[in-house]
Amino acid sequence: MEYFPFVVVAWILAVGLHGIVTSRDLIHTIICLVVVQSSTYVLLLGVGYVTGGVAPYFYDISARTKAVDPVVQALSLTDIVVEAAVTALLLSFAVQAHKRFGTLDPHKLVEFRG
Amino acid sequence: MSPRQRLVLFTVAMAGLAACFAWAVAGLPGFGNYPGPYGPVILHDAVGQTHATGVVSAVNFEYRGFDTVGEEFILFAAAAGLSVVLRRLRDERESRPVDNSNRLPVPDSVRVPALIFTGPTVLIGWWLASHAQTNPSGGFQGGIMLASALILIYLAGEFIAFRRLSPVALLDAVEAVGAGGFAVIGLIALAMGLPYLDNFVPLGTIPGAVSSGGTIPLISFFVGLEVAAAFVAIIGEFGEQTLLVRRS
Repeated sequence: MEYFPFVVVAWILAVGLHGIVTSRDLIHTIICLVVVQSSTYVLLLGVGYVTGGVAPYFYDISARTKAVDPVVQALSLTDIVVEAAVTALLLSFAVQAHKRFGTLDPHKLVEFRG
Repeated sequence: MSPRQRLVLFTVAMAGLAACFAWAVAGLPGFGNYPGPYGPVILHDAVGQTHATGVVSAVNFEYRGFDTVGEEFILFAAAAGLSVVLRRLRDERESRPVDNSNRLPVPDSVRVPALIFTGPTVLIGWWLASHAQTNPSGGFQGGIMLASALILIYLAGEFIAFRRLSPVALLDAVEAVGAGGFAVIGLIALAMGLPYLDNFVPLGTIPGAVSSGGTIPLISFFVGLEVAAAFVAIIGEFGEQTLLVRRS
């Protein structure tokens, strides 16, 4: 079971990508992209995990306590912020697409010329 | 491309991706055996060097502070881009905020909890934004909570109050101060002859108080401002699209 977290990563990634490929609604597509990106959080945290390690916060414990890697945790924080920014921007595109074409179905969008 | 062809192509591509992923994972040291070197080095030195007991914040705002400046400006650019994409188009007009009497009223079961939680949310957001150096908190988390407080007001159906509390000019100013403040803290270090974003403020005690960690709480505070303003601006833009913009 040593590789189980990475199997979870692959599964989340695959589910998200499948959702994007078969999506019939732009909002759904964007949420699927969020799912895809969630797999990267699991990957980062999985890579940095140390068996028996605590969270890297030493307010009330010794700074020598065995802890998990703080670098990947900081990277996941960055990841989440970027995801939020990208999602907001993509949703605004969806709003404009709906205004212009009257639909959110990506299959119908291609029939129009902006 | 028909949905069927698309699915076939996807299956082929996924098989390739799965093979590459399995190959990559086979080269990893295995779950729980993180080999370093960066993590252990930082864990060994961070508390002593920065006096911040929240090592993730120390990484974010100190060791890779320069990266975080870039990250903050990604958010800044996204919020700016969003307001450009959602600008008023030629064939649109904005109705007055009072012109919403025809929409469904927000039920009290939503309105009352939303308004009750607004105050505590501000408090928690402020607490998070000002304790980056001690706890699993920081400007990004705190900023989001502060923005959530305003979003609760919006959820309570008070779009006019939401807009009055967060006029666009104020949001722009706060966002600029937040993004600029971070960059300026780095420049102050430069002006003092130190490397960019070097920690030039007294470090305070261990375990960290609110004043510990030198520039970490300062940067976190500015990040909190930027994040809160950016997200309130984003929600405001979407709210306007729903409630005010009408095709003429």
